[in-house]
Amino acid sequence: MTTDPVRTEQPDGQVTDVLRVEHIAKRYGAVTALIDVNLHLAKGEVLGLIGDNGAGKSTLLKILCGFQQPTSGRILLDGHEITLKSVDHARSLGIDAVYQDLALVNQLSVYHNMFLNREKVRWPLLSNKTMRRLTRQYLDEMGVKIPSVDADVAALSGGQRQAIAVARSVHSDAKILLLDEPLAAMGVKEGAMILDIVQDLKRSGDVSVIIIAHNYAQVLEVCDRVNLLQQGRITLDRTASETSVTELTNLVVAEYRKALEERQRSA
Amino acid sequence: MSDTIQDAPRVAGEPPGGPVARNGITGRLRGAGIFLMKQREATVFVVVVLLILYFGVISSAGRSTFFTKIDLINLTQYAAPIIIIALGEVLLLICGEIDLSVGFTYAFAPFMMHFMIDYWHVPGILGIILAVVFGGVIGWINAFFTVTLGLPSFVTTLGTGFVLAGLILTTSHGTQASIPPAVTGIGHWIGTYAWSEIVWAVILTALFHMLLRRTRWGLHTIAVGGNALGAAEAGINVARIKYGNFMLTGMLGAFVGVQIAFQTGIIDTFSGGSAYQPMFYAVAAAVIGGTAMLGGSGTMIGAFLGAAVLAVLVDGFNVIGISAYPEQIYFGAAILIAMIANVQLARVRAAGRIR
Repeated sequence: MTTDPVRTEQPDGQVTDVLRVEHIAKRYGAVTALIDVNLHLAKGEVLGLIGDNGAGKSTLLKILCGFQQPTSGRILLDGHEITLKSVDHARSLGIDAVYQDLALVNQLSVYHNMFLNREKVRWPLLSNKTMRRLTRQYLDEMGVKIPSVDADVAALSGGQRQAIAVARSVHSDAKILLLDEPLAAMGVKEGAMILDIVQDLKRSGDVSVIIIAHNYAQVLEVCDRVNLLQQGRITLDRTASETSVTELTNLVVAEYRKALEERQRSA
Repeated sequence: MSDTIQDAPRVAGEPPGGPVARNGITGRLRGAGIFLMKQREATVFVVVVLLILYFGVISSAGRSTFFTKIDLINLTQYAAPIIIIALGEVLLLICGEIDLSVGFTYAFAPFMMHFMIDYWHVPGILGIILAVVFGGVIGWINAFFTVTLGLPSFVTTLGTGFVLAGLILTTSHGTQASIPPAVTGIGHWIGTYAWSEIVWAVILTALFHMLLRRTRWGLHTIAVGGNALGAAEAGINVARIKYGNFMLTGMLGAFVGVQIAFQTGIIDTFSGGSAYQPMFYAVAAAVIGGTAMLGGSGTMIGAFLGAAVLAVLVDGFNVIGISAYPEQIYFGAAILIAMIANVQLARVRAAGRIR
């Protein structure tokens, strides 16, 4: 991919948003997934994105990582407007994602999945030795135990698979990490492990993170700020200290009740 | 999983899943058994060896013998074209596609060489190269219909196969052509010498094995066939991989067509459906060699050995003097048995019992 002219330092030292999303809409034919989304992400910030199923969280994430293109609206990276043409393009700009479906290939080994489309190569051949070594190192650092990095990922548990997907993104040298339900297949212990990783990234201060999650307690524990996505719009933007699990739960439940009432009225 | 690291990183090369008993003959046999089970190609290799031994013993009892030079040449000349076409089909099958038209590419390519050299006065070697490139163009067209227009490749290549068959008959007026004199010299190295075809097949198998196992292209081909959405999410250009593999298959088919023309000394029209035959044998070789029809896995060496199984069967029947009529019964049975073995072995492997 091309080298980007975008990632320039801000000379005035002002805190600028690494990522701004303005009036993003996404329609699939007659279906509107996102109506008008505005959000911002500061450097080193961890933003929790919550909302009920079908609110458009995953769609938004897929737009931000270049997998899909928005119908309208603009994305600004470090204050410069960008058009994300592809996942590769987004990666070259320092944006990387862990997808809900993990994007792992069952038929490939752990280390080939770890470096999928970012393979270490001594042209023209793959440097399998290097990839094996680094994979072992990454997983050891995270405290993940797997039988062997040579095993096919098909043989691994849900939590192990998720850990590999997260490790892959964390080690991608991304400036912006997008995590779509990274805790979904996790037990309590593994969930804590992922949250620790996010805390570490936060402490390093270089990486900004957007996490989609359903467990509000975990979101509030690790995030600086929370955005609520409802029916294709951001309806709430609070710092984590200003809100609570009860408030977030009530907002989502209230939305559900309102929709139910409307349906009953129209019926 | 645990959140602490108890044991040191595993030593490279140590087989996963615990140490294997290595002392004593039983231990060694067990180790060899596990090794064989782990190598997908090994089962086919055993079949090839057993078949050769079988035909060797049977024929040495009679007057003719299976191990004479002429039989080995027959064997390799029968196997080589199947092997080379199968290399392309393996790539396509792994990424979830198939090319049924490659037999017609194979029939058309030597005509292209003939037209270019004899009618358009293209220099000899360039004519051969352009004939192979022409195969790539047919592959590109197959990919365009399949990837860009979204037709299943089974349908696409069924259609393009018929079109090509018609084009061959139309452009050649249904008559054979002779090899252009300008290329008979170089033709020896491509297909006329008795051993040239099998040498090409071995070289190409080695190259494609490396392509599949040791390069990004091969890895991405497996990724596309194993999880197309996941591969796309990881940023792999799925369309590019499929286009490339269709084009490689077309080029391999065209090259084999040129080889066969040199070997037989004539450019044949393969009128009617007979051009399907090399494709079917190539797919059969791929499948016997352990390539999954559903995509995501396959091996080049397996395809090589699969073609060897077919060739040994045919040649063996000839040598021991069995009539050609039941030949295809054995072919079909071989494919079915190989498939059953592959499915069952895959199940055992998936259960992790031999990892």
